[in-house]
Amino acid sequence: MKVLYFAWIRDRIGCSEESIDLPDGKPFSVSDLIITLVERGEGYAAAFEDREVIHVAVDMVETTHDASITDATEVAFYPPFTGG
Amino acid sequence: MVRVQTEDFDPGAELDALVAGRTDVGAAVSFVGYMRDHNDGRGVETLTLEHYPGMAEKALSAIEEEAHRRWPLNASLIVHRVGPLQPSDRIVLVITTSAHRQAAFEAAEFLMDWLKTKAPFWKMETGPEGETWIASRSTDENAAQRWTASPNSNPKS
Repeated sequence: MKVLYFAWIRDRIGCSEESIDLPDGKPFSVSDLIITLVERGEGYAAAFEDREVIHVAVDMVETTHDASITDATEVAFYPPFTGG
Repeated sequence: MVRVQTEDFDPGAELDALVAGRTDVGAAVSFVGYMRDHNDGRGVETLTLEHYPGMAEKALSAIEEEAHRRWPLNASLIVHRVGPLQPSDRIVLVITTSAHRQAAFEAAEFLMDWLKTKAPFWKMETGPEGETWIASRSTDENAAQRWTASPNSNPKS
C-alpha cells in the first residue's frame, strides 16, 4: 500500500511517499495505521500529534479515521485544504 | 473543464475560448484570485501552492459537476496554479456561463467557496520570518457552509 504525506505533515515526517505492508488477513483502519506510523519515530509522532487536524483520503476519497484500509491501494494524510 | 498547472493563464483568452461558437450564452462571470504581498500582518515574498495530483483534478471536477446540478450553466472552467508564485501572480481562475447573469454569478461564488475548502491544495508562505504553512480559515469554512443547504435553495435570496 502506498502512503502519501502532504504539506507540514510531509515536512515533519521527512518524506512524501512510502510503501507500507499491512499485516495479512487482519482488518486495518486509518487509526490503526496512524498508531503503527507513530511508532516509527519522532518525526511521525510530531506529524500525528494532533489527530484532530489530520485529514485522510483513501484511494483519493476523503474519509474518516475509522475507515477501513484493508483493501486500499493509496492512503494520503494531509492538513485542512487552503487552496484557492 | 478543470485544469491544474504551473503556468500562468490569460483570463481574457480563456473566457473567449469558453464562449467561442456558442449562441446560448447570455452571461459570463469570471473570478481571478491573485497572490498578495501580505497575509495576517506578515509580509509574503513567495507563495508555494502544493496539490495532491489526481485527487485535486477529481475534487475540482466533482465541485464543478455539483455547480452544474444546482444552476443552469452552459459551460464552466476552473484553472488552479501550483508551484512557487510571486506577489501579483494569478493563482486561480473560475469562469461560469449561463443564459442569465444570476446563475453565473452565484455558481462562480459557489465554485470558489467550495474549491477553497474541498479540493486538496495547500499554501506555504515564505517571508522575512521564514516559511509558514497557512492555516485554514474559519471564514472560508463558513463561506462554504452556506451552500450546503439543499440544491437550488440559495441562502441569499
